[in-house]
Amino acid sequence: MEFYGVTLSSRLLLGTARYPSPKILEAAVRASRAEIVTVSLRREGGDQRAGQTFWSFIGELGVRVLPNTAGCHSVKEAVTTAHMARELFGTTWIKLEVIGEADTLQPDVFGLVEAARILSEDGFEVFPYTTEDLVVAERLLEAGCRVLMPWGAPIGSARGLNNLFGLRAMRAHFPDVPLVIDAGLGVPSHAAAAMEMGYDAVLLNTAVAEAGDPVRMAEAFALAVDAGRLAHTASPLEPRDMAAPSTPVLGKAVLA
Amino acid sequence: MRILLNGAERQLTASRLDEALDALGYKGAVVATAVNGRFVPALRRANTQLYDGDSLEVLAPMQGG
Repeated sequence: MEFYGVTLSSRLLLGTARYPSPKILEAAVRASRAEIVTVSLRREGGDQRAGQTFWSFIGELGVRVLPNTAGCHSVKEAVTTAHMARELFGTTWIKLEVIGEADTLQPDVFGLVEAARILSEDGFEVFPYTTEDLVVAERLLEAGCRVLMPWGAPIGSARGLNNLFGLRAMRAHFPDVPLVIDAGLGVPSHAAAAMEMGYDAVLLNTAVAEAGDPVRMAEAFALAVDAGRLAHTASPLEPRDMAAPSTPVLGKAVLA
Repeated sequence: MRILLNGAERQLTASRLDEALDALGYKGAVVATAVNGRFVPALRRANTQLYDGDSLEVLAPMQGG
């Protein structure tokens, strides 16, 4: 799997927020086998060093970082945050979030396309947090995105894949674009379902961080992603309405 | 001079952004800056003047999803 020319072996991207402790975060990243973790940026006071400590910690993990623009509700905010993230984290990758609705954290897809175009023209490699809308997806590709990240369900909701039909259509419509399910997954079977459908990867945070045992859950998701991907490459059966006997009828004794 | 640092009022004597950051305790810190909503790259801090009433945002890495 490739994102912007970078080859990756893990198909699980992991968020770094909401863990009970840095030690558990580190163990969860290891257990998930993630090669990419998402990070953010926030205000820091001159007498604080929380951000510096966190940045050193991430450096020691030895994984690639994908900074986000979480919490941005306008194009200007998102673009400025992306520039600050590029300088802070030393990467042109940006997980672009332009939030349009406070209750569902649904993307403002109009602002998203505009911000994606501005940032792509400025040399960023944009990972847009979007919906499964095919027209928006086309516009994002036209704007310069080479990866798309549709939501499974609202961020942190643990609802899984809300719109199977739409997500399946998106996969079919863009067979050659790396597609990552971002947000809304709750349990490993959700991740397996996304991978069986042919999605290239999943991005998780809350489902792992807020599990009773985040490290075990990280491992469970890693196994589910592997299983789902393996199943996809094995050409799963299509569902059918009527039964089809698995045991051959030919040669059955007549005992009635 | 009075500025808003991350939304809180602060008094400042230094008027150059790089000097202001040192005075505000950020010396050597890994931070990104914006003045009045506009990103100021680290390389331009020495050429950036702060004025009374300016809003300075200083951001650092943190956990994110």
